[in-house]
Amino acid sequence: MSLRVIDPGPLSLLEDLGRPGLVDLGVGAAGAFDRAALREANSLVGNREDAAIVEALGGGLAVIAVESHVVAVTGAAGPVTVDGRAVTSGRAIALRRGEILRLGTPVVGLRWTLAVAGGFDVEEVLGSRSYDTMAALGPTPLERDRVLPVGRPAGPVSTRTYPPLVTSGGVEVRVVLGPRDDWFTPEAVAALLSTPWTVDPVSDRIGVRLDGPALARSRSGELPSEPVVRGSIQVTTSGRPVVLGPDHPVTGGYPVIGVVVDADTDRLAQVRPGDVVRFRRHRP
Amino acid sequence: MRILPCGDTAVLLDCDDADEARRWHARLRDLFPAALGACTVLVRGNPAEVRAALGGLDVSAAEPPVGREIEIPVVYDGPDLEPVAHLMGVDPSEVVRRHCGRPWTVGFAGFAPGFAYLTGGDPLLDVPRLERPRPRVDAGSVGLAGRFSGIYPRPSPGGWRLIGHTDVTLWDLDRDDPALLHPGDVVRFVEAR
Repeated sequence: MSLRVIDPGPLSLLEDLGRPGLVDLGVGAAGAFDRAALREANSLVGNREDAAIVEALGGGLAVIAVESHVVAVTGAAGPVTVDGRAVTSGRAIALRRGEILRLGTPVVGLRWTLAVAGGFDVEEVLGSRSYDTMAALGPTPLERDRVLPVGRPAGPVSTRTYPPLVTSGGVEVRVVLGPRDDWFTPEAVAALLSTPWTVDPVSDRIGVRLDGPALARSRSGELPSEPVVRGSIQVTTSGRPVVLGPDHPVTGGYPVIGVVVDADTDRLAQVRPGDVVRFRRHRP
Repeated sequence: MRILPCGDTAVLLDCDDADEARRWHARLRDLFPAALGACTVLVRGNPAEVRAALGGLDVSAAEPPVGREIEIPVVYDGPDLEPVAHLMGVDPSEVVRRHCGRPWTVGFAGFAPGFAYLTGGDPLLDVPRLERPRPRVDAGSVGLAGRFSGIYPRPSPGGWRLIGHTDVTLWDLDRDDPALLHPGDVVRFVEAR
């Protein structure tokens, strides 16, 4: 039971729901950037929700079915083909032995999620099948001719269809101010919440970098390093915010002005360079 | 100790000092997933539930775990040894003497797997991070930043001022416990030639 990589595309990674709870070893959680897409894809093929998937950046990933498999593609929106025939994403796809599945360039969004019935059965590292790009920990990025072992299908395949969650042009996410909003001027906090921030091209799974007005601090000095979470909005010395992604370092020395609501961080997996991110204040 | 908001899945305990943070960490870690910072503890969980649980806790009697003592030989040949000495207004040999002069304690982990923030060293060893982090720092590089010392477990970008290097392996996935250093461990640097 396996799929073989014909073309890995720009960056295709094995991810599950990550390895939380190892911060005191300096190990972050990593895991799928778009966890909503992971859950959808796994439910379509009858997997446990935490089964490993492939997270493919942009277009180009192509895999061949070594035996027949049921797969599902979620996350981004765009062309998906089996042996050149267009197929629908967001629903289960029967892939017969020898057929090639190709993920095209997303029309909307940035990252595809590919699940297979049975899950990708690669070896766990510290309890997870996720690759952490910052720590270089976990199953290595896909390369051409890599054979991806597939586990035994567990549950029934779903007949439903999930329409893509991605939106074109940008997203609005909810943010809880703090823990270090008091390190910034009231004007900077207001600017965080009112600015249409532009996604910088150097964004990745470690952080989504945003361009816009510099956010001024109300105090000087260095913040003693403190633990940070996925969705933390760090403000670097340049005054620009970086929203931490799944591969963020577990501690950081830049003040965190606010933290994106956990569920909303999935949507940041799908923003593209030049897209707009807006923050809306959330009071828990 | 102040409880600060940290999104909808955690709170951050802002403690008066590292010792108080370690006592809160020791007290809480059986109740919630908790992680140490320099003077902070990140507590995972529904913020309202965590806040409610914290209200009834007393940490005055909590004992942070007692760690192991680990000796780390260092060749003091780092590219920033001279600039650090200059910043401190002393000779490079004095930087080495002070770095080895008293034991360090692992305060908390972070930055990379196996990276330990070492605290409690000579107070004169207090230098700002590099303004421009290096795109690559070799594994085993020994650095200073603020009042911390640290050892890079693997090659990575880094903004600490590098004063030397060690051959000790800080991180090894083939070991039962891949990290050599854990919060509470005591580290003694010795000069290797």
